[in-house]
Amino acid sequence: MSEKTTFEPVIVGFTCNWCSYRAADAAGMGRMKYAPNVRLIRVMCSGRIDPQFVLKAFAEGADGVMITGCHPGDCHYIDQNYKTMRRYELLRRTLVQMGLEPERLRLVWASAAEGQILADEINDFVETVRALGPLNWPKWEKEETRQLIEEAV
Amino acid sequence: MSANGKPKFAMYWAAACGGCEIATLNIHEKVLDFDANFEPVFWPVAMDGKVKDVEALEDNAILLTLFNGGIRNDENEEMAHLLRRKSQILVAFGSCACEGGIPGLANLSSLDSLFETAYDTLSTDNPENLRPSPVYEAPEGELHIPRLYKVLKTLDQVVPVDYYMPGCPPESHQIAAVIDLVIQVLQGKAQLPPKGSVIGAGVSTCCDECDRKRNVKKISKFVRIQDVKEIDPELCLLEQGIPCNGPATRSGCGALCPAAGAQCIGCYGPAEGVVDFGARLMTAFASVIDSKDPQEISRILDGIVDPAGQFYRFNLAGSLLRAGKPAWKW
Amino acid sequence: MSEKIGVYICHCGSNIAGMVDVEEVARWAKETFPEVAISRDYKFMCSSPGQELIENDIKEHGLTRVVVAACSPHLHEPTFRGACQRAGLNPFLFEMASIREQVSWVSTDRKIATQKSKALVEGAIRRVVYHEPLEPIAVDIHPDVLIVGGGVTGIQAALEIADSGYHVYLVEREPSIGGHMAQFDKTFPTLDCSACILTPKMYSAGTHPNITLLSYSEVEKVDGYVGNFTVRIRKRARKINEELCTGCLLCQEKCPKKIVDDVFEVGMAKRKAVYVPFPQAVPKYPVIDTENCLYFQKGACRLCEKVCPTNAIDFAQEDEILTVQVGNIILATGYDLFDCKRIPQYGYGVLDNVITSLEFERLTNASGPTGGKVLLKDGRVPESIGIIHCVGSRDENYNIYCSSICCMQSLKFAHLAHEKTGAKVYNFYIDIRTPAKSYEEFYRRIQEEGTFFVRGKVGEVTDFARTPEEEGKLIVQVYDTLAGIQRRIPVDMVILSAGLEPRRDAKEVGKLFGISCSADGWLIERHPKLDPVATMTEGVYIAGCAQGPKDIPACVSQGAAAAARVVGRIQQKSILLEPVRASVVEEQCSGCRICNDLCPFNAITFDEEKNVSVINPALCQGCGTCVAACPAGAIVGTHFSNQQIMAQIEGLLDLAFEPSE
Repeated sequence: MSEKTTFEPVIVGFTCNWCSYRAADAAGMGRMKYAPNVRLIRVMCSGRIDPQFVLKAFAEGADGVMITGCHPGDCHYIDQNYKTMRRYELLRRTLVQMGLEPERLRLVWASAAEGQILADEINDFVETVRALGPLNWPKWEKEETRQLIEEAV
Repeated sequence: MSANGKPKFAMYWAAACGGCEIATLNIHEKVLDFDANFEPVFWPVAMDGKVKDVEALEDNAILLTLFNGGIRNDENEEMAHLLRRKSQILVAFGSCACEGGIPGLANLSSLDSLFETAYDTLSTDNPENLRPSPVYEAPEGELHIPRLYKVLKTLDQVVPVDYYMPGCPPESHQIAAVIDLVIQVLQGKAQLPPKGSVIGAGVSTCCDECDRKRNVKKISKFVRIQDVKEIDPELCLLEQGIPCNGPATRSGCGALCPAAGAQCIGCYGPAEGVVDFGARLMTAFASVIDSKDPQEISRILDGIVDPAGQFYRFNLAGSLLRAGKPAWKW
Repeated sequence: MSEKIGVYICHCGSNIAGMVDVEEVARWAKETFPEVAISRDYKFMCSSPGQELIENDIKEHGLTRVVVAACSPHLHEPTFRGACQRAGLNPFLFEMASIREQVSWVSTDRKIATQKSKALVEGAIRRVVYHEPLEPIAVDIHPDVLIVGGGVTGIQAALEIADSGYHVYLVEREPSIGGHMAQFDKTFPTLDCSACILTPKMYSAGTHPNITLLSYSEVEKVDGYVGNFTVRIRKRARKINEELCTGCLLCQEKCPKKIVDDVFEVGMAKRKAVYVPFPQAVPKYPVIDTENCLYFQKGACRLCEKVCPTNAIDFAQEDEILTVQVGNIILATGYDLFDCKRIPQYGYGVLDNVITSLEFERLTNASGPTGGKVLLKDGRVPESIGIIHCVGSRDENYNIYCSSICCMQSLKFAHLAHEKTGAKVYNFYIDIRTPAKSYEEFYRRIQEEGTFFVRGKVGEVTDFARTPEEEGKLIVQVYDTLAGIQRRIPVDMVILSAGLEPRRDAKEVGKLFGISCSADGWLIERHPKLDPVATMTEGVYIAGCAQGPKDIPACVSQGAAAAARVVGRIQQKSILLEPVRASVVEEQCSGCRICNDLCPFNAITFDEEKNVSVINPALCQGCGTCVAACPAGAIVGTHFSNQQIMAQIEGLLDLAFEPSE
């Protein structure tokens, strides 16, 4: 019996239909191996990425969240990813104030052709989060964590 | 039913300031209707009553309980369970019970740092560096005080809640309207809304009731209201750079603060169907920032000096994350 | 009522099954989720039997939702939606998990890949429960077409569409259509005269009843969406009344002002201030270059006005703004030539007689500045000529890609130079690439003509002589990789076979039309192999060198291909669009107006009377930005609803990551 010494983070990545999701397709087609810790969600545009989704991911146990989209200026919907950029910055500031390490939230631009860039970013992000250790945001509704939280001082 | 045939009423304060009670007493002549229709059985701020009296009641004996305040310690939770058991209709009354309210902001900090602030600052006279202890061996015997939880919880995080009535405090006219509604239901003239509904408020947001002039929004600065020399009395506060929470805050108060020249601070909570008030508000603010340059965006956002306080002033305990990391991980 | 979900895990031969335990994923899905009524794995879900599996299950078991875990939805989402539809299930009650592109092809550990597949499948299962039946949105297709760029590609596309009976607006920035091809002398490999084959097409495009030719014009703004674009075009003032002008060109003849022509003659000849770029220009009307015209600059002259027999000169003419409605757009905006000055060691711009490929085209062109004589700057006939291939191409300092036309072009130059001057011709090449019909034969022919081929990348072109033989010559310094030696080859003239580059404003053009550029700047096609002329924006097509370097036959093919796509579209009369749209729940909207400036398609307006924001579903493109921005949660989006995505997040994160031993 070996003690579990390695921590493997779970990352949720939000991708846009036109660029970064296609970058993931391209990474696949190019057989570019990258860390299996990331689980992607597709929305039409990074502009659809509601900060609620990011909070939800952390609350559901993600150790890190990636927000990805087309490069600024290359948005399929003209300039919606600038809104993503601004929301990311405000969300990051808020989460930092709530005690979250800023490195757990990352914004990545990847065009449909940039499978390698996306793969590299994923690898780097997984390493960064791995170094931070687990976030384990309490799944508040669950009984065991409930008890943990209610534990008196 | 009581001996006099009137249905029983209870109102309780957990981690709260007492403002909800004042607002309730502030319903003016409606209090006569209230008295004519209800028999208060437990209401610590207004009448003498003992917990054991409540315990002695049969389950569901109380028709309506207005529960205000958040769940900060084990006593709060015990009372929540008790009143839940004894009540047919349990209303989370006011911001704290609904969403944690101002006391919920303590969820940003660990208990240690809360105690430090309360018992250990320069202005505190505490030479022995005492801390509250749940159990104290006094000469007369063992003394108990309620044990604090690591985080404050909303009422519905500990017991099922029938209705939510937001506001810090709920507006008296809304309270009166809800009491009216319950009376009408008792008289068979109306029906209760579906369980889980928000009552005593609207479905839209504060802007719906705000008379200020609104335009297409493009924000190039955020500034604290105390730093604004002259506030345009006609124009939307947000358009003047004042971070007004109105766009995300449930309607129902009549937009009192903006009408008085102060920004909405969000006490009526999120609009219908919104999961996380803060997230909705920050996405709205960020979306209308008038810049595509990361540096400028950053500079504009510097104007929001306390983002967690801005976006979660009343909603932290009820938000998706519920607490800051220091509160639960230390 | 709880849902009955069918889950299908594809092996994709061994593409998925080789790395993911597909049987285990299928078994787990059935065991774990009570809503999963059926869970299967199959060799090829996209095959006919695979699709029939789904169809039969829907019919037999009354499935209400379908999840397929296979390749990317960009590949087979339409396939499986089709299967659902054929079995009577609304195609939007389907969700796909990409366990090939996102799992098997990028993973190295079977256990972990299987686990990740389960997580993605659970995300899809949780999400699909909240799917709603939707109907595609039918949009009428306006039959008119906009083609941007009047080179050979645009002309070909315009003629094909016009001949099919549909109206085309052909917009060209320059005063004449024709593009780069009009500047060439001969075309490889047949060596037929460029003008001889192009001018008839130009003439047809200029006179075709179904083509509105808008030269000297630029597109300024594009609104709308497939089938219904509104395009604003600025028709710059020629200062010539086209209705009166007969194209006699008396004005050009008499104009006293001469300016170096940097565009058509690439700086090698002069033109007048009122001019047509070349004699066969279409349209035939000249343009007054107001920046150089004496009247516009100094207030005096007006000679053209005096000599014009039809009073067509109109100094007061203003730019005209045209707004046209079109259903489809083809971009054939071409390329720019690599700027050879960026490679200073080749001496372009410093050394006389170092010229670019386009300059050589003009030199050898019978209507060019020397009447087709290949001459040095001092008027001598060169005795030796060096042609350097791959200038600015296949070079990581400039462009990594192959410009694809330069080898053949250089061979053509070798032939023309040899033929016209008898000079000794050297081709300095890295590799010779002749991969098209009759190209290799042309290469052999040039070899047989006695052209010297030196394999090596030229290091430098200099006039610094080391030996008496080098005096007065240009010396090409090259490492001959076949002989394995450094060589210095003195020549009289050096032709730089410059590469092709994206138009300098390609990015802005892309933005204008809502499409993007690749990392090296070319406009991106929808699929590099299977959909080469469509783009990610419905209704916008690309053709010719705008998409990447190509030769004339390829440009013409693409022009025709894009035309065929467009005509096919028009003939369908309407198109079905994904019903991913946003809408406002009026009673929840507070009229805060946060969303009013968020839509780049102007789909959001404000109803002052009702005090609510309104989304026009015809203009909405479904990006969801406003849905994510509405502080009141009053804007809802179909097929990407909060509930669906929240459920997917829960599903994705239900399984923890268990490392392999």
